[in-house]
Amino acid sequence: MEPLRFIAEDGARADPFPLSPEELTRGYREVVRARVFDERALTLQRQGKLSVYPPYKGQEAAQVGAALALDPGDWLVPSYRETAAALACGLSMSQAILYWRADPAGWRYPDDLRVLPFYIPIATQLLHAVGVASAGRYQGEDWVALTFIGDGGSSEGDFHEALNFAAVFQAPMVMVVQNNGWAISVPTEKQMRNPRIADRAAGYGIPGVVVDGNDLAAVWHVTREAVARARAGEGPTLIEAVTYRVGPHTSSDDPGRYRSADAGAAWLARDPVSRLRAALEGLGVWDDAREEALRAEIAEEFAAAVREADAAPEPEPQQIVEQVFETMTPDARAAWEVLRRG
Amino acid sequence: MADAPDTRPMTLVQAVNDALDVALSQDPRVLLFGEDVGMGGVFRVSDGLQGKHGEARVFDTPLAEAGIVGYGIGLALAGMRPVAEIQFAGFLYPALDQVLSHLGRYRHRTRGRFTVPMVIRAPYGGGVHTPEQHADSPEAVLTQAPGVKVVIPSDPMRAKGLLLAAIEDPDPVFFLEAIKLYRSVKAEVPSGHYTLELGRARVARAGDAATLVTYGGMVEVCLKAAEVAAREGVELEVIDLETLAPFDAATVMASVEKTGRAVVVYEARKIGGFGAEVAARIAEETVWSLQAPVLRVAGWDAPYPPFSAIEHHYRPDARRVLEAVRKVLAA
Repeated sequence: MEPLRFIAEDGARADPFPLSPEELTRGYREVVRARVFDERALTLQRQGKLSVYPPYKGQEAAQVGAALALDPGDWLVPSYRETAAALACGLSMSQAILYWRADPAGWRYPDDLRVLPFYIPIATQLLHAVGVASAGRYQGEDWVALTFIGDGGSSEGDFHEALNFAAVFQAPMVMVVQNNGWAISVPTEKQMRNPRIADRAAGYGIPGVVVDGNDLAAVWHVTREAVARARAGEGPTLIEAVTYRVGPHTSSDDPGRYRSADAGAAWLARDPVSRLRAALEGLGVWDDAREEALRAEIAEEFAAAVREADAAPEPEPQQIVEQVFETMTPDARAAWEVLRRG
Repeated sequence: MADAPDTRPMTLVQAVNDALDVALSQDPRVLLFGEDVGMGGVFRVSDGLQGKHGEARVFDTPLAEAGIVGYGIGLALAGMRPVAEIQFAGFLYPALDQVLSHLGRYRHRTRGRFTVPMVIRAPYGGGVHTPEQHADSPEAVLTQAPGVKVVIPSDPMRAKGLLLAAIEDPDPVFFLEAIKLYRSVKAEVPSGHYTLELGRARVARAGDAATLVTYGGMVEVCLKAAEVAAREGVELEVIDLETLAPFDAATVMASVEKTGRAVVVYEARKIGGFGAEVAARIAEETVWSLQAPVLRVAGWDAPYPPFSAIEHHYRPDARRVLEAVRKVLAA
């Protein structure tokens, strides 16, 4: 199975092409927004203004393309790598900054946002996505749950259990595996014998699709089809988005210890952002002036987000024992008093 | 309307079944699922419930414990009230990542935005010659999971009221049912809906000579020991914790302050068991009222034995409890 692709590395569009120029422009905007956030977040981290941060450079199209396939009312269940998907689903940049600052002010998302928090334990959230997906059917809702995992995460038992549960219950869930080549330092060929993760869908009796993860149009298209199937009661889909983790695993990681500097050099030519811009230019709907305006707008959005995040109240020690149970236990109440006194 | 109290004699299995039936009847958000739950479950706890409430709400899952717990977490996050069954508490271990990493953390890590009002039921404990791995008592592991309540009833009437309270609770609750009690006792159980408050220990028998602190399947053992002691004129107080987490320290301390002596009885392995927490709390909070060291009677430092002929030497009995009582009374 070759990865499905609609935009070539030079920006040439396949015919027929699945997205309208307006959709492609909207997708480009979100992809650039994601790229800018990621680069600046990493800088903030180096300045000591974020805690550990997992960058996603090179994977913007895989995340944004899938996220844009959702309708309002659908759910996003991300791993820790999916800040780009969360932003595309409506998480504000200031909230994302506070989240990665590990500030409690960033950890309560707005009540109307159906985005679950980022998850550290690998693949565990996939089962939650299946449950969230099924829950709608009991409430007369037709929502779909979109969840993400990586190539490394596909080795976990919960990956298997989630796909099997989703298949057996025909849950309206779409799972995107971002096959980015690396699980921290372990390359895909040491992770699995068959590197085509989408092949595994057959084992669960569900559709599996492999797509060029650096092609926003392709990811958006296959996810949109999968979401439509899920919403129509036709069950889950496994999507493998083939991409590449250009940067480190997290801000604490040094890829120089396990891969050569030119590893993945070929992937730079497949960059999802420049490829998409070339496609837009080919359509005649993009130019330098538009690019400059977009970049300026996003730079201002980020700067405003930093200002807003910096204005968040200082966390207070007693917050540690708040929100453990709805009603504070006697022990927690005693601890709260101790912490409040400082 | 008849004036007679509306109760029926029930085993613990029947009382749990009745509680589930009431919960399914009164709240459309309640779902019941697990391995073999559809046909009634290996202990018949869910007998008749699928027929009455339908396959959508009472259903079998694939044979995967992490899947059962993780799926339930997702259902709860999105508005349902899942009641999951783990077939035996000793089969829970594949799901511990879900339990320790997620079940009780959602409220905390989303600062109250997302909660997990979910119940996980599991039969636990020994005493009925089950095969290997079927008799574990992992409650101490569960009390180490922040944000998770742990409830262990000791009789049918209390099982029903506590389970209904657990299902209505806004936070996740582990509900462990002593296999030994499933059919060994019948008691009058009120029909219809009632709840018993979580987080409260109760005085199961009043006395002044020493306090036995226990829960679940060991309550009947301690009550038996107290009966034997009473024949010798020694009145033991038996505290049934019912809820291990959150821990009702006040009830335990009030009793130990009165008697000055405490024996903690539990059937899990002694080392690191929940009784160690109880003993430590007594030492922290009321050591000056103690007239003897706090003793523990618990499982030995070994796996629960799969060897039927000698298994009863592992699980504490009244004789071992009374030996400990004699020691604290002699001090």
